[in-house]
Amino acid sequence: MSASAYASPIEKGWYYLHRLICGAVLLFLITPILVVIPLSFNSVPFFTFPMPGLSLRWYEEIFMTERWQGGLRNSIFVGVAVTLLATVLGTIAALGLSRPNFPWRTAVMSVLISPIIVPIVITAVGTYFFYADIGLLNTYTGLILAHTTLATPVVVITVTATLAGYDHSLTRAAASLGASPITAFFKVTLPLILPGMISGSLFAFLTSFDEVVVALFLAGPEQTTLPKVMFSGIREQISPSIAAAATVLILFAVTVLVTAELLRRRSERLRGIR
Amino acid sequence: MATMATTAVQTSSVGVPLRITLQRVERRRKLRAFGLVLPLLLFIVIAFVMPIGRMMFDAVHDDTLLVLMPKTTAALSVWDGKDLPDESAYAALAGDLKEAWSQKTAGRIGERMNYELSGVASEVKSSARKASMLSAGPYKAAMIDISSIWGQREVWSLLKRGRSAYTAFYLLRSADFQYGPESQIVASPPENAIFRDIFLRTLGISIGVTAATLLLGFPLAYLLATLPARTSNLLMMAILTSFFTSVLVRTTAWVVLLQDHGLINETLMALHILSQPAELIFNRFGTVLAMTHIQLPFTLLPIYSVMKSISPSHVRAARSLGAGPFYAFWKVYFPQTLPGIAAGCLLTFILCLGYYITPALVGGPGDMMVSNFVATYTNEQLNWGMASALGAILLTATLLLYFVFNKLVGLDQIRMG
Repeated sequence: MSASAYASPIEKGWYYLHRLICGAVLLFLITPILVVIPLSFNSVPFFTFPMPGLSLRWYEEIFMTERWQGGLRNSIFVGVAVTLLATVLGTIAALGLSRPNFPWRTAVMSVLISPIIVPIVITAVGTYFFYADIGLLNTYTGLILAHTTLATPVVVITVTATLAGYDHSLTRAAASLGASPITAFFKVTLPLILPGMISGSLFAFLTSFDEVVVALFLAGPEQTTLPKVMFSGIREQISPSIAAAATVLILFAVTVLVTAELLRRRSERLRGIR
Repeated sequence: MATMATTAVQTSSVGVPLRITLQRVERRRKLRAFGLVLPLLLFIVIAFVMPIGRMMFDAVHDDTLLVLMPKTTAALSVWDGKDLPDESAYAALAGDLKEAWSQKTAGRIGERMNYELSGVASEVKSSARKASMLSAGPYKAAMIDISSIWGQREVWSLLKRGRSAYTAFYLLRSADFQYGPESQIVASPPENAIFRDIFLRTLGISIGVTAATLLLGFPLAYLLATLPARTSNLLMMAILTSFFTSVLVRTTAWVVLLQDHGLINETLMALHILSQPAELIFNRFGTVLAMTHIQLPFTLLPIYSVMKSISPSHVRAARSLGAGPFYAFWKVYFPQTLPGIAAGCLLTFILCLGYYITPALVGGPGDMMVSNFVATYTNEQLNWGMASALGAILLTATLLLYFVFNKLVGLDQIRMG
């Protein structure tokens, strides 16, 4: 749609004003994120443009110093464990949910996705009280379990959406040809829903990797994650090393987003939707 | 022959009617489907629903006094609350305090009583130490001599309320009420009456942010819905990048931009527009700005998806029938976007109510929202009853609003990517 040739001057004025407003809103949306990236390469510990010089010293700090390195290590460890648990539990549940005539589907689904509905502080505090009782505070197990509750809804939603486009007669065809349910799943269903599973697990990893509030409550000094180091860094003394960590998280989110989009396109192509 | 055929259809090989067999197969299928969901359902119920349910329960349940001062609370069941209780209650008190001193629980009793009557914690502790040295009665005069708080009726009313393991104190406190000297409900004194203010502030910030995201998001959603697919997909990538960047990172970006020696202030000072840094952070302005930035995609995306489904021929038809461009937009296009506006705004409003990170990092002391107080009461004040009560109110409000959201739009509208 462009300003048509027969539009009145007022209409044209509105048209350009609308474009201008949209440009400003887009700038507002994206600038704060884009500004952080160059600042992480600043050679001096200030947040000003023009930068006196470029340097990788802040990346050196986050990849080499014990505090940041430990955070990164913990984040990856917890993230991988959460991804494995959430993907397995979430996919199995999605398989059950997408069967026809699943009993009490709405009620069960509301319980399963409740972790992304409840405000995050409530989740953190509720789990904190519970863990204080059973001795899971300041343990890897506790943090992994708490993050898994937050990550499973993402997997359930993504895989259920993929299964909605899955033709169940394929499983029946496999069964009629003599495949056991297990064989039919691994040989027929799994390859077809794999793109959805992978994007689900990527989002699950991202959920855990970015999560800070639950980690603030449940993780001890041993389990400090990267976002937790960032959070306390912002509170104490904000330095470009925080911008560097933020850049790492942004790059990571973009990678996940692009991968998921590519997978979605591939799976649509494979099923002949486009 | 005909009879035989009918029987063959209606019964399977072992003589069970086909209807029953089918029912059994169906039931087995249902059970198998449910069995697949069961592991996750159990996990979520045990690791998530139960802890939160217990937190809600803790908002009205507190048996500290009942457990730690059993004799006193039992002795007070016959007290009428008019005068000071009699010698037997004081004897029970001395007994409980002696026990508390030897079990080192006097501190917890003091803290619990301090929630309702501030300033008594140290008195309770020192009374327990002194009571442990009392050997024989009469206790009434001796206890009042040890600390004057035992001569106050409100202290005894508090102990009498401790008889029940359930208390409305935390919820009352969250609405700026408390118990008076005779256990009647009175308004909290000004120094305690902070909670209505906190809830109103949370509501105010949420409404402000919702309005701001609608104002900014609507024009952009309209542009995206009317642009050719290639361009709009490119712009959509920008919005989704922002959407998938974590709240912490986006809040960090705003701290970098807004702080005293941050990008905006330094730039404005370098251009000699400002002579000293403007106060952009640790106030309401910074909080609302950063929250608007974070919530914008949540409001925009539902509006966009509704606009996508509106056929452009409607507006064209209106124009061809003689409506002016604004009249056609306002009377034909805009009403069709209302479901999207309702969904986007409601979602943003609900999410805003539970904000924690952004007010904590960008807000000042006057911008802390309900979540921040839940966290403070849990970590710093160690008043878990208060944290539970505030949390229970926030959670109830959130769930009610989600119920409305579900009725209006359907929860399956919440999608990831």
